[in-house]
Amino acid sequence: MYIIVVGGGRVGYYLTKELLEAGHELVVLEKNTRRANQISDELGSIVLNRDGCEGKYLAEAGANRAKIVAAVTGDDEDNLVVCQMAKHHFEVPRTIARVNNPKNEQLFRHLGVDEVISPTRMALAAIEQDIPVHELLHLAQLSGGEIELLEAQIGADSPALGRRPSDIPLPEGCSLFVLIRGDTVQPMRGETVFQAGDKVLAISRTECAVDLHRELIGDGQAVGSSSLAG
Amino acid sequence: MRVIIVGCGRVGAGLAERFARSGHGVTIIDTNSEAFARLEPDFPGQAVRADGTDEDVLRRVGTQGADLFFALTEGDNRNILAAQLATETFGVQHAVAKVNDPVRAEAYTSLGLATICRTRMLIDALARHGGLPADPGADGVHTPSGRHDAALAGATSAAPARATGREG
Repeated sequence: MYIIVVGGGRVGYYLTKELLEAGHELVVLEKNTRRANQISDELGSIVLNRDGCEGKYLAEAGANRAKIVAAVTGDDEDNLVVCQMAKHHFEVPRTIARVNNPKNEQLFRHLGVDEVISPTRMALAAIEQDIPVHELLHLAQLSGGEIELLEAQIGADSPALGRRPSDIPLPEGCSLFVLIRGDTVQPMRGETVFQAGDKVLAISRTECAVDLHRELIGDGQAVGSSSLAG
Repeated sequence: MRVIIVGCGRVGAGLAERFARSGHGVTIIDTNSEAFARLEPDFPGQAVRADGTDEDVLRRVGTQGADLFFALTEGDNRNILAAQLATETFGVQHAVAKVNDPVRAEAYTSLGLATICRTRMLIDALARHGGLPADPGADGVHTPSGRHDAALAGATSAAPARATGREG
């Protein structure tokens, strides 16, 4: 299978190495001459010292017969342009882009990139498995900073899970007043039973925020300490 | 009108001044705050130091609902990314990307993006100066629907820029 790799940085280098070992026919486009020479010294004459964003160099590299174009430079915008040119100009069946800004994932897919790989997203997902992600959000300060508007998300490990507002021991200066569940917004009712995923808006004296955190989110000990220690 | 310009080089800064002086709301973005020195000290618009290819930044400066979006950095690909964010993610109707590589400019116009190619415009102007015939596709902004020099002629108060074009 003929594959074009654009970008000969670390990702491009190891990708190329693995693909060659697997017996694929491929060419690497790397615009930096020194880097291009390094790679051809190590992996053989499979490097084209050209900018893969330019249509004529993609053509020179044989993009019209490539089955896969993988754009793995360090710049999201370059990877996007390589894939779009490959897709729309050379009708490459499968384009793969590396993105650094995870927010670009969706746009790239929407613009026709077949596979979008985000190392940032992967690292983030791995980290989120280990760290409690639910936090108390401080939305606004009222009355000169003595009172705060806060949002708490009820997580799967929240002590409030399955309880009613009146079951939750909160100090005087604290009031839960709105429940956001899915797309609905409802006033806090006596019969409300908290579920995972609920968001709760609260008004609290600043010094009571710690109580809110403990009762709605949990102190994080159970999840946090064990996994972070490891 | 609300106008967003990414890239405060000579072109970006000059264009920002023109729109702002004509009474339009202009936001100009550049990653390098020194670039804003190109603006007049009493520039009536907003200058924001940020990365105009970042979705969060574009959201923060109010790209949604902008009437015009110009991507004018030194990098063709950055301009292509910014302009596509504007059109695809934020629904901006009139976004123009400066793409100096003529091949890429044409490819993206056929993909649906309005582009302007300085290389082709300069070559044409200089060739004409030397007595050669004009390249009919070299001038102005190229839109997917055909060439337009004033996509928003009706909306701009100062539209007659067209008159100085190439009728002569």
